[in-house]
Amino acid sequence: MDLQRLPLHDLHVELGGRMVPFAGWHMPVQFEGVMAEHLHTRRAAGLFDVSHMGQVILRPRTDMAALCAEMEALMPVAAAALPEGRQRYGLLTNAQGGILDDLMFANRGDHLLLVVNAGRAAEDIAHLRAHLGDQVEPVTDRALLALQGPQAEDALARLVPAVMAMRFMDVITADTLFGALWISRSGYTGEDGFEISVPVPGAEGLARALLAMAEVAPIGLGARDSLRLEAGLCLHGHDIDASTTPVEAALSWAIPKSRRGGGFPGAERILAELADGPERLRVGLAPEGRAPMREGTALFAADGTPVGTVTSGGFGPSVGAPVAMGYVAAAHAAPGTPLFGEVRGKRLPVLVAALPFIPASFKR
Amino acid sequence: MKYTEEHEWLRVEGDYVVVGITEHAAAQLGDVVFVELPEVETQVATGDEVVVIESVKAASDILAPVDGEVVEVNDELASNPGLVNEDPTGRAWFFKLKVEDLSVVDQFMDEDEYADLIG
Repeated sequence: MDLQRLPLHDLHVELGGRMVPFAGWHMPVQFEGVMAEHLHTRRAAGLFDVSHMGQVILRPRTDMAALCAEMEALMPVAAAALPEGRQRYGLLTNAQGGILDDLMFANRGDHLLLVVNAGRAAEDIAHLRAHLGDQVEPVTDRALLALQGPQAEDALARLVPAVMAMRFMDVITADTLFGALWISRSGYTGEDGFEISVPVPGAEGLARALLAMAEVAPIGLGARDSLRLEAGLCLHGHDIDASTTPVEAALSWAIPKSRRGGGFPGAERILAELADGPERLRVGLAPEGRAPMREGTALFAADGTPVGTVTSGGFGPSVGAPVAMGYVAAAHAAPGTPLFGEVRGKRLPVLVAALPFIPASFKR
Repeated sequence: MKYTEEHEWLRVEGDYVVVGITEHAAAQLGDVVFVELPEVETQVATGDEVVVIESVKAASDILAPVDGEVVEVNDELASNPGLVNEDPTGRAWFFKLKVEDLSVVDQFMDEDEYADLIG
């Protein structure tokens, strides 16, 4: 399959980005180095190109209330009560309660704006079209940048002063030299920050304007992955997929009381797991040695019983040690439970750990 | 110093062959966070996986370039794996091998040939 090029492809190459295939796209995996980029983001501000992710507008055929009701029929989360100018985390589920994709959706007044995973975008759009018909409009003329880190607000405010007044999960539109920016105060690193949808013709100018600031550095996919892992955030296709339910994935917080009566795909299983507890649960895992436990590492109880598998794992640059997430049988899911992970034939000790490894610093 | 196509270097020191990885390989791996070394006295055959290097991104193997017996490993890498990035051809050697005939090292690439390989 031919790889697609990001609108900022040439800029990434100019900046020394090492380009790799990811979800059908040429993506920069690193610039200066994963460790340095990760730590820079936690300390200052990192600029990520997330244009590979799918942006989708849902424009109501009749009114927003009807559209939100239709969306609630596809997700166990609350769309109807989402105020204008606010964004939420959503989950598309299947009839078995599995997670087709996780996404962000924002109420932008006369439409909903969805941001979905790159590798799921085509399937999501087909799924949405099957249920929502011609209300579904993929956005193809915009890039998506994420500016993340404790100095993201200072940096972006020089271009868009209005961002200073935004709280976590607020969304605004800002008219700038670079076109109309759709800005949300969100991201996927556990840090305060923003996602900025920018018209393609203005994208390079915006990126260069941000990168010209002392606190902003370009960050690749490698650090994006280690940041979201330390933040305990799920990566679809790894930590969650069509075989895992939101309850197993420890995402029950996304299902409010108002939705616990059902009316979404997979409600039977999801509600039963909410009531009785799931058989397995996503947990944090802190290997006791220095050897990372990567995706696929088998987990065992002290008596040798297989109890689960690592779904994401690596080294946490801010933690300064290996970190991982995975699924374990519910009886072994309490933080502090000692387990063993099999790495290259050896069973190494690992503790079940509370998530996140690094506390989020969102501006609420 | 001699070089393998797998981006290892070999250096004869006294009666032994010292093995590490090249700057090119270290740069490709990215930040090294863990090095798993063999046990001293392990007998290795050419092509055996002797060392595992974990970087932030992935795990990679170092294969034994020649037959021999591991007589010493660089314990400093256990506490400071970042040495592989800082000084790959110096302090970050991995292991020393006792081999039957030190001239076995002559078969590998010299510096110019290796430079051509990595372009």
